[in-house]
Amino acid sequence: MSMTADRRTDWFAVRRELSVRHKWMLGIGSFVLPIILWCLASYVPFVWHPQMLITNPGSVDYFQVGMRVDKGTFQDELADARAKHAALPMGVPANPVYLPAPHEVLHACYTAFATPPASRDGAWLHQSIWHSIQVIFWGFVISSAIGVPLGIVGGTFSAVARLQEPFLEFFRYLPAPAFGALMVAILGIYDAPKIAIIVIGTFFQQVLIVANTTRKLDYALFEAAMTLGTNKLRLLTHVAIPGILPDLYRDQRILLGWAWTYLIVAELIGTTSGITWYITQQARYEHFDNVYAAIMMIGVIGLGTDIVLAFVGRKLFPWDRALKA
Amino acid sequence: MLNPQPVPSYLIQSEAVRTRFERLKARETILEVRHLGKRFATPQGECTVLNDISFKTHRREFVCVIGPSGCGKSTLIRILAGLEWPTSGQVLLDGEPVDGPGADRGMVFQGYTLFPWLTVKKNVMFGLKMNGLSRGQAEREALQWLDLVGLSKFADVYPHQLSGGMKQRVAIARALANRPRILLMDEPFGALDAQTRAKMQAYLLDIWRNIDITIVFITHDLDEAILLADRILVLKANPGEVEELIEVPVPRPREASQITSFEFRATKARLEALIHPPTGGDDGDAVRPQIVRMTDVTDDVE
Repeated sequence: MSMTADRRTDWFAVRRELSVRHKWMLGIGSFVLPIILWCLASYVPFVWHPQMLITNPGSVDYFQVGMRVDKGTFQDELADARAKHAALPMGVPANPVYLPAPHEVLHACYTAFATPPASRDGAWLHQSIWHSIQVIFWGFVISSAIGVPLGIVGGTFSAVARLQEPFLEFFRYLPAPAFGALMVAILGIYDAPKIAIIVIGTFFQQVLIVANTTRKLDYALFEAAMTLGTNKLRLLTHVAIPGILPDLYRDQRILLGWAWTYLIVAELIGTTSGITWYITQQARYEHFDNVYAAIMMIGVIGLGTDIVLAFVGRKLFPWDRALKA
Repeated sequence: MLNPQPVPSYLIQSEAVRTRFERLKARETILEVRHLGKRFATPQGECTVLNDISFKTHRREFVCVIGPSGCGKSTLIRILAGLEWPTSGQVLLDGEPVDGPGADRGMVFQGYTLFPWLTVKKNVMFGLKMNGLSRGQAEREALQWLDLVGLSKFADVYPHQLSGGMKQRVAIARALANRPRILLMDEPFGALDAQTRAKMQAYLLDIWRNIDITIVFITHDLDEAILLADRILVLKANPGEVEELIEVPVPRPREASQITSFEFRATKARLEALIHPPTGGDDGDAVRPQIVRMTDVTDDVE
């Protein structure tokens, strides 16, 4: 039930439904506010800026143009040079190399795609991203192919649940990256261990979450089906599965986000590939603007996929009034 | 010789009513409940929900089960449906013992358990498809039943778009489409408002009149029970036992205006005496609490 607003908008009215305008305002503000903070830190010289970017080394022999030194060191050398009446070093306040300015990251987003790979048999950035997407896709598909049926059966038949869940609960606490070396030994060094890590990371949560969702289905629906003469197998296929589909879809969206977070760690197993390879390369050469650009691309792809899936979900399940975003 | 004890007023039956009951009892027994008992263990010891319930229901009879809350009416009907098992006694349907739920006992629940992912038509088709009918045949029958309950315009609508009364009509159509031997109804109109309930009662009597179906109907509303039933099974609580099986003397066809008739009032008085006996000196309500007057002395509302 929405509360009608006062003449003066009450932003903190409890559980109030927002108007469309306010929803858009606040939604955009959610992204704009951190960007404003970032711009403040990058462009306003007296906010942070703990280092000095050398523009003229002056008489200091170890300074170079484009080098970053701490303000303390710079002040010392400046005082020294003044005392010696030598050429003064000059510099501008700057943030450390690991916090590039927004415009630099934006520029990097473009140049990253336009720059050919450093080594002859390296991959272009879009090829790396596509590789990462494929690894996630296969990891999630394999995990779902086993995890979703097990979860549904476990949620419907308590004996099955009691048999599988204690073990799965235990296994859930084993960290997936710990299996890295083992997976390489079993599956080789290319894509297989990466997919395996994503599967291990996602599968155990998936079974337990899907079983829980299945258990939340109203038992009266099963009773109604039983009084209509439905046998046990059909209770599963014609009542349990159609009944949980909207909630299962929502769970799968959340689990896909979960699988995404395993991407970086999985891609470090065996030979680094995909977008992780790109990030580690750029970090090694201290091109942090490229690193930020790549990380944000991962985020945009993940969020974009989620939004598309949410939209599709609203169309697929017209009977589910609870499915919102 | 004078009869020393007068016949209680609710047992006086007119000629028409008497012949109707004779015809009813001449039909075969469809449902027989023999010494049914249900106990289960609680932390406080063993709780007896039902104790030695026995009755017989004839074909095309309308039986209402009534009783105070907590007397085990829902447990009884769930045992009849096969959703729960008795600890003692037997339920026989057409002479065969009941063993689990099945299509021969249809059930309509209080909370409209329509399948939300299916349209109204597909809901009604559900039982038919589960029992082996082909899709085309099931669809034809479902449409016929929807026509019978007056919802053929809503065939392709989802349940969440329907009102409460419509949902119950779909639930009844879904249960009846399976052609069960007996239709069990667990307070189906409890969640509806008074006008819708009156309409649904009329609908139900209309369906019962025209279709070969036996109905066992649970309610806590005395007026509803007397309006609908041939016989009323009165249960008492703690433990649930049969108090009396009353033949309702109100003549058929039943209508709302009969509520002031002699037979109706006599039956209702008897039911109230059975279900809400006047308590004398109960420690709970012995002294009605007196509320201190908190308004102005001159400000009266009565």
